[in-house]
Amino acid sequence: MASFTLQINGKPQTVEVAPETPLLWVLRDHLQMTGTKYGCGIGQCGACTVHLNGTAMRSCSLPVSAVGDKAITTIEGLSDKGDHPVQQAWLEHDVPQCGYCQAGQIMTASAFLANTPKPTDVQIEAAMNGNLCRCGTYTRVKAAVKTASAKMG
Amino acid sequence: MSTIKTAVNRRSFLKVSAAAGGGMLLGFGWLSSCAREPETGLEIPESWTDINAFLKIGDNGVVTIMSPNPEIGQNVKTSMPMIVAEELDVDWQKVVVEQAGLDTEKFTRQVAGGSQSIRQSWKSLRTAGATARRMLMEAAAKEWDVPVSELTTEQGTIHHKSSGKSIGYGAVATAAATLEVPEEVELKDPKDFKIIGTSRKNVDAHEIVTGKPLFGLDVQKEGMRIAMIAHPPAFGQKLKSFNAEEVLNMPGVEQVFAINAAPEGVELQWSDTNAFPELVAIVGRSTWEVLQAKKALKVEWETVEAPESTADYEAALAGLMDQPAEEPARRDGDPGKAFEGAAKVIEQTYSAPFLAHNTLEPMNFYANVTADKAELEGPIQTPESLRKTVAALLGMEEAQVSIMLTRMGGGFGRRLYGNFGSEAALISQKAGVPVKLVYTREDDMTQGTYRPAYKVKYRAALDENNNLIAFQVRGAGIHGSPIFENRFPAGAVAHYLAENHDLGSNISTGAWRAPRSNFMAYAEQAFIDEIAEVTGQDPIEFRLQLFEKALQAPVGENNDYDAARYAGVLKLVKEKAGWGKPAPGIHRGVSAYYCHNSYVAQVVDVEMQGSTPRIKKVWCAVDCGIVINPDAARNQIEGGIVDGIGHAMYSAITFKNGSPEQQNFDRYRLIRNSEAPLEIETFFVDNGIDPTGLGEPSLPPIQSALANALYRATGQRIYRQPFVSDNEVLG
Repeated sequence: MASFTLQINGKPQTVEVAPETPLLWVLRDHLQMTGTKYGCGIGQCGACTVHLNGTAMRSCSLPVSAVGDKAITTIEGLSDKGDHPVQQAWLEHDVPQCGYCQAGQIMTASAFLANTPKPTDVQIEAAMNGNLCRCGTYTRVKAAVKTASAKMG
Repeated sequence: MSTIKTAVNRRSFLKVSAAAGGGMLLGFGWLSSCAREPETGLEIPESWTDINAFLKIGDNGVVTIMSPNPEIGQNVKTSMPMIVAEELDVDWQKVVVEQAGLDTEKFTRQVAGGSQSIRQSWKSLRTAGATARRMLMEAAAKEWDVPVSELTTEQGTIHHKSSGKSIGYGAVATAAATLEVPEEVELKDPKDFKIIGTSRKNVDAHEIVTGKPLFGLDVQKEGMRIAMIAHPPAFGQKLKSFNAEEVLNMPGVEQVFAINAAPEGVELQWSDTNAFPELVAIVGRSTWEVLQAKKALKVEWETVEAPESTADYEAALAGLMDQPAEEPARRDGDPGKAFEGAAKVIEQTYSAPFLAHNTLEPMNFYANVTADKAELEGPIQTPESLRKTVAALLGMEEAQVSIMLTRMGGGFGRRLYGNFGSEAALISQKAGVPVKLVYTREDDMTQGTYRPAYKVKYRAALDENNNLIAFQVRGAGIHGSPIFENRFPAGAVAHYLAENHDLGSNISTGAWRAPRSNFMAYAEQAFIDEIAEVTGQDPIEFRLQLFEKALQAPVGENNDYDAARYAGVLKLVKEKAGWGKPAPGIHRGVSAYYCHNSYVAQVVDVEMQGSTPRIKKVWCAVDCGIVINPDAARNQIEGGIVDGIGHAMYSAITFKNGSPEQQNFDRYRLIRNSEAPLEIETFFVDNGIDPTGLGEPSLPPIQSALANALYRATGQRIYRQPFVSDNEVLG
């Protein structure tokens, strides 16, 4: 066990966990932040996506000891009122069905659009390909990313 | 307007007196979890009145509508309350939706399955809303001393035209709750619907996109421990022994023991299908710590039944294709003679593999079992069955077991089978602590309850003028044949034979989105396409002629489809897609299927990019009667199409010595964003018929529409799923 002080959504949070514990379980079990989802544990489904210094990362495969003082953003901290342009676009298109993968989709999309504000369709597909949606909302995901891109102007 | 007796569901009407204040809000919890659209700033009522089991009205007119059915992503938590709100005649913006727990006193059929939630509850939801509206009107009539027939309602307000008086529902709710429930009430004429038929956003959408705890895996409780299980790595094996000592000293690990979810003498339900009732349970402080112990735990499994490999059951199913059944499931005319005299016979065999459900939220459940009660909470499509099993396993009365429903991260049929709920209860009882049982993805994918592997052989006989004179279908599957003997083309062919074979196995199977239809629509509609080609006819015209025969002179009895509605969706999709003139480089396929009481026809446009097919567009015509929530309905149709394409193209569970060879998403291939259609356009038939199934019917036909388009693109017919596996290419 070791002590780690993490910068999560702009606030320092200290946890006592084994160094190899994935960030996903630190968030979910130790900090009760369950917006970040467990889907596969091997970085294949994208449900656990968070931002690390603005870059989309798979928190299921990221040991807490590797985070250091990098800024972590989770779905709970993407915006104050749930009004990030990507969240707004998701609501406009009523994307979710079961909804379980959508936090990961939104975290991937928001990091992607921050770096690629005016993406092509091919770029959108490539960026979103790591996020599985078992309900099959992919056509709406694509449309919502485009809408969010327009909103971000 | 139509009149309906309320007596049939009278027991769902609570006559709760209008007590004000905190007592009625106890356990209600909507302040924290149900502010549907916080930005609209709904004012919290000071008091609530329970009108009936489905709804409560606040003194300021805010209405809470209970959503009784499990929500698996089919959007019933929005669409079912919409139906109540329609007949109640309220402003949807003043409605708060609350998920109900299992309550068989108040609600009937709290099940998510068979695409039946709306169909089965259509009348009871409308009646609940209409009855409440009537009682509110009667209370106002009494207060004003006017006949109730002179009153009208509009968006939660009651009007008396001649006196110009108006009063809000909230102001008469207390009085209304003291009135007798009317014997019968009037339902709206569908042409007067204001909410049904208009698109309303998912009531949980804001919470979903902001990551609020909604799902079973998100449940957190005081003193709760994490539990995991270890089940045999192969079908045909059972638990022999394990060494708990080696892991009990690992950090965070508290208890390790065995459980048995199918002990002798305990009555189990149909939903307790489970190849692995004997498990090792590990209980500890946190998921990661328990997972390390699970990995380190040494368990000895023993083989008690012959392990099967894919080649074994494939060979057995193939053998059955050459065996006539002892008794046909259906026979019309004299198929034997017709085939003997045929000018041409076409014969093809189609195959499909086992599939896992792979809900993105793995199986899990929370249970807190104490001496006198069991509190459960989690994702389950069949809570009533689970309660029966849990009570039997724990030695309790059903009344001692409560089940709260969480939103589910997908269902697809997997959560009809509640083994994980029973296991959580047994673990909590034995451990003496509240637990959340968590399956790893690997536990989930290797547990069984799969869509069975299937084979079906078709034969078609043509006369010298290329008329279809006889049709034969022989199906075989693990734990049951896939065929529906009374579905198309039964009824449209003079000589018809349907035969079933059932192959036993120690691999467990279960209902998977659109059971059996999810294979039969592929095989049947691919074969029909091939017959049409041999006869030299257009595939849509060929099908329409068969429907015309079934309509004008149906063959045999018990044909379980309406040929006119079937033809209707095919004609609609033909028109919308501009059938017959695809753009250069585009290859088209068509398919139509009937299941879950709904009719779907689809046209797919495929473009080959090298050896990779790109699905440019899907046109989909749907006849599911009245559509409650059109945009959400389109979402379901789109999802079924993407799901169908993905599993037809890429997915399979195969076995080696009883062990699934795919255990996570590195080897089990699910469709990804770049493989989904670029565009899906859905058209609903507007016919005013009571609603039928919507969550499943768009999945089955898309597989054959795609197979038929790929044939036109590559020149090769596809006789097995998945269409591509590993490094295979098409064409």
